[in-house]
Amino acid sequence: MTSAFAPGLKALQFTAMEKTRELPLKGEVIVAEGDIVNSDTVVLMADLPGNLNILRVAERLGIEPSEVAAGVARKGLKIDSKVAKGDIICEHSGLFGLFKSKYESPFAGRIEYISESNGHIGVREPATPLVVRAYIAGTVTKVVPHKSVTILGHGALVQGIFGVGGEKNGQLRMLNVSNDKELTISDIPSDCGQKILVGGMSPSIDVIKAAAKAGALGLVVGSIDDSALRQYLGYDLGVAITGDEDLPMTLIVTEGFGRLPMSPKISEVLGAYEGKLASINGATQVRAGAIRPEILVVHDDKRGAASQNHEGRGLEVGLKVRLIRVPYFGMYATITELPHESEVIESGAKTRILKAKLDNGSIVTVPRANVEIVS
Amino acid sequence: MKADKNSIRTVLATDCGSTTTKAVLFEKTSEGWRQTYRGEAPTTVEEPVADVTVGALNSFTEIQEVSGRKILSGNTKDVPFVQSKGADKNGIDLYISTSSAGGGLQMIVGGVVREMTAQSAERAALGAGAIVLDTLSADDGREEYEKIERVRHLKPDIVLITGGVDGGTKSHVVEVAEMLLAASPKPRFGDTLRLPVIYAGNKEAREEVERILAPIAHVESVENIRPTLEVENLKPARDLIHDFFLKHVMSHAPGYGRLISWTPVPVMPTPGAVGKMINDFAIRRGLNVLAADIGGATTDVFSVSKDPKGEMIFNRTVSANLGMSYSVANVLIEAGTNNIKRWLPFGLSNTEINDRLRNKMIRPTSIPQTIEDLYLEQAVCREALRLSLNHHRSLAVGLSGQKQKRGIADIFAQATGHESLINMQQLDLVIGSGGVLSHAPDRRQAALMMLDAYQLEGLTQIAVDSIFMLPHLGVFSTIHPEAAEEILMRDCLINVAHSIAPKFPEKLINKKVATVKFNSTEVGEIWGGDLAIIEQIAGRTGKLEIIPSSSNVDVGAGLGEILIKDIELGAVGLILDGRNRPLMFPDNLENSISKQQKIYAAMGLKV
Repeated sequence: MTSAFAPGLKALQFTAMEKTRELPLKGEVIVAEGDIVNSDTVVLMADLPGNLNILRVAERLGIEPSEVAAGVARKGLKIDSKVAKGDIICEHSGLFGLFKSKYESPFAGRIEYISESNGHIGVREPATPLVVRAYIAGTVTKVVPHKSVTILGHGALVQGIFGVGGEKNGQLRMLNVSNDKELTISDIPSDCGQKILVGGMSPSIDVIKAAAKAGALGLVVGSIDDSALRQYLGYDLGVAITGDEDLPMTLIVTEGFGRLPMSPKISEVLGAYEGKLASINGATQVRAGAIRPEILVVHDDKRGAASQNHEGRGLEVGLKVRLIRVPYFGMYATITELPHESEVIESGAKTRILKAKLDNGSIVTVPRANVEIVS
Repeated sequence: MKADKNSIRTVLATDCGSTTTKAVLFEKTSEGWRQTYRGEAPTTVEEPVADVTVGALNSFTEIQEVSGRKILSGNTKDVPFVQSKGADKNGIDLYISTSSAGGGLQMIVGGVVREMTAQSAERAALGAGAIVLDTLSADDGREEYEKIERVRHLKPDIVLITGGVDGGTKSHVVEVAEMLLAASPKPRFGDTLRLPVIYAGNKEAREEVERILAPIAHVESVENIRPTLEVENLKPARDLIHDFFLKHVMSHAPGYGRLISWTPVPVMPTPGAVGKMINDFAIRRGLNVLAADIGGATTDVFSVSKDPKGEMIFNRTVSANLGMSYSVANVLIEAGTNNIKRWLPFGLSNTEINDRLRNKMIRPTSIPQTIEDLYLEQAVCREALRLSLNHHRSLAVGLSGQKQKRGIADIFAQATGHESLINMQQLDLVIGSGGVLSHAPDRRQAALMMLDAYQLEGLTQIAVDSIFMLPHLGVFSTIHPEAAEEILMRDCLINVAHSIAPKFPEKLINKKVATVKFNSTEVGEIWGGDLAIIEQIAGRTGKLEIIPSSSNVDVGAGLGEILIKDIELGAVGLILDGRNRPLMFPDNLENSISKQQKIYAAMGLKV
């Protein structure tokens, strides 16, 4: 039989982290294999093609589409010619050469096409440079010419369940609040500019805005309320595909929606690196090939890196799990039994289950699909 | 591997889905063609494996283990199967597959006028099994820069451009090509692949469209999709979409080159295969059919219905953002929390509903453990089906733009020729597919979800697809249609129930609206406002008579007319739905809960 693995989010103090940085189009690799880079080192560069602007020349000049090419030639221009903003790119003479009409290009660029059907001219604006930074500190281990580099670093890795906002780099700052306490404005320090704040749960929109206004680059909390997220984003999120939002502060939720305390393991791992430079990314993609938001701290301490990696681990008796569905949503338990046969659960469905002991000592039966391994 | 229908006895079929690769074995047994074994494994098209054949081989291994039939030869370089020899218990004769891995076939379509060529392009793409990422047209209400910005960020597999009738104006369709050039979207697969573009518009603009797009695209042209306003010619474009799917999409997706080499039958997009199976079945039996496959991310709706000329018309739509897990929050947004709540037989705060559904969105593989949580998901399903049907009805319409002869009756009826082809009262069969319907713990729950969501009218048969086998059967039907239909009827479709929902004046609420007889014996009465289920006759075959109580009641045969039909009743029997149409919902929460409790109790469901 093929194996089924329970999903689990990582909270590792020592692990090897490999990040592949890739260009969206062919470009230039700035570093070489073996180079040591910082998180803000530029590793890749490319020229992004400029916008193509469609100029409706025939309509504007009131001439036939077929006359546009001649009008362009009259100015000594053709396909591939460069034009500056304000240059006349088409000129038409009326009856007996009188009543000249002309079209000035509103953009600088290069003529890409001239359409005989509709008299449009396509002007492509100059390319704009694109730079890609390393994101984490480490060693360049692989270079694919014109395309990508891979960077290896050693440090702590924590995955959240959901996030919004893109990559940020800043110092970690643990908030003076317990994991099961609702975060309030008074918990946000005034000097949190450029910092990544960690702690508490269920911040209101006012708290989130206060942290962003104070200049924090990231906020990591146990849970969030649906309405606070909507207000922070400015719209309702329908599918958990995030990371491209234009937000001043990246927000990462470690447990889920509602009122859920941050896992003690997460605050313990991150708490060990208070004041260290962290790289965070809220990008989430809950599909096949799932991407979860992450907090990375490179510390170059390689102790136990291999033994802590639980990727692809199956369910076993004695394993600590988090229950992810009502009536036990958010609780932690230890697996006590893994019966082979499917059982009928309260909903009436027949499914593979497991038995687990809650932290309060009671034994519960839950579907195997409703647990996450706690790293 | 052979594809000769007369010599095959054992067929292995897979559907490589986004998350799971499902394999089934079809065998010619002493009882005829049957689906005998199944196996599944996680799909491996994404990193870190990035090879679809790994997941497929795992699913074959599972079938091999449960069936005891040796299927895999151990050959890792070539075709990996043991070839069967006659009645041997080992090997297979044929391997076939469908695919929607990596999100299925994704297309952008463009036309000149939204309700004419752009709509035809959409129908061609959807009918071929694609998800339409965006539909461009000159009159779609967006500024040019907005369209360019949107398309620039999409990664389609194929683009279909249409526009203009043959011999008509060229300028607008050329503009669509210009817009595509300005956006220059990158194809999803293959770093070096040029964007595959199909041109199916005014034939006189072909050359210019091809020239404009030459720097960024590989363009092939086919016959115009709307050669005249009166004619819609979808087949050439659909056929080329299938060719492109194999040549430019599948062959670049990780591992598909090898998978394709294992089968002599072209790999089909999953929804294309499902559509083919439903269409062939409906046409052969002369039935009006509505089928929905509600998945985690999307909901596909298929219909085959008679148009006013009596021609059977097939339509498919995809509600790309309505689903039960990845897209569950979209259903919440589109339907609104209160519309989900109105189906619940218990109280739950809006905040609790919102947070629970968002938690499902971020942990999509979790399943309901409590009955309350199950009913919440089933409430979401009703709304997703309702919204998907609305979307489907908007596209399953007659052709716009054609000149029509309109009689006096059409004028009074405000008929525009643009009415939906889906008439709920003429619907013979609804089919539900997808986990929430196929695997509902109680079949009565599946029946009630479809009855509520679609607001079925008259007499309708309700069925579910047992294990989502329609894709496998669709591709199998391309070589052996009879065998595919035999398996469809015996192992795939589960006949759940028949529902009877008369339409009547409001004054008949709390009064008898119809009497129901089965094989000449009265089995029940339909009362205005009430719902009941007759389970005693479940599974029986016989003559059903529905006799309206007065001349202003329509039980599905016309006002005051008796409906008589020979039917085979489903697993849960006959549902008598006197709730009238459209369904009305109480204004306050307490009454709403109490009403739903009565409905669940009438269906014999636990509350």
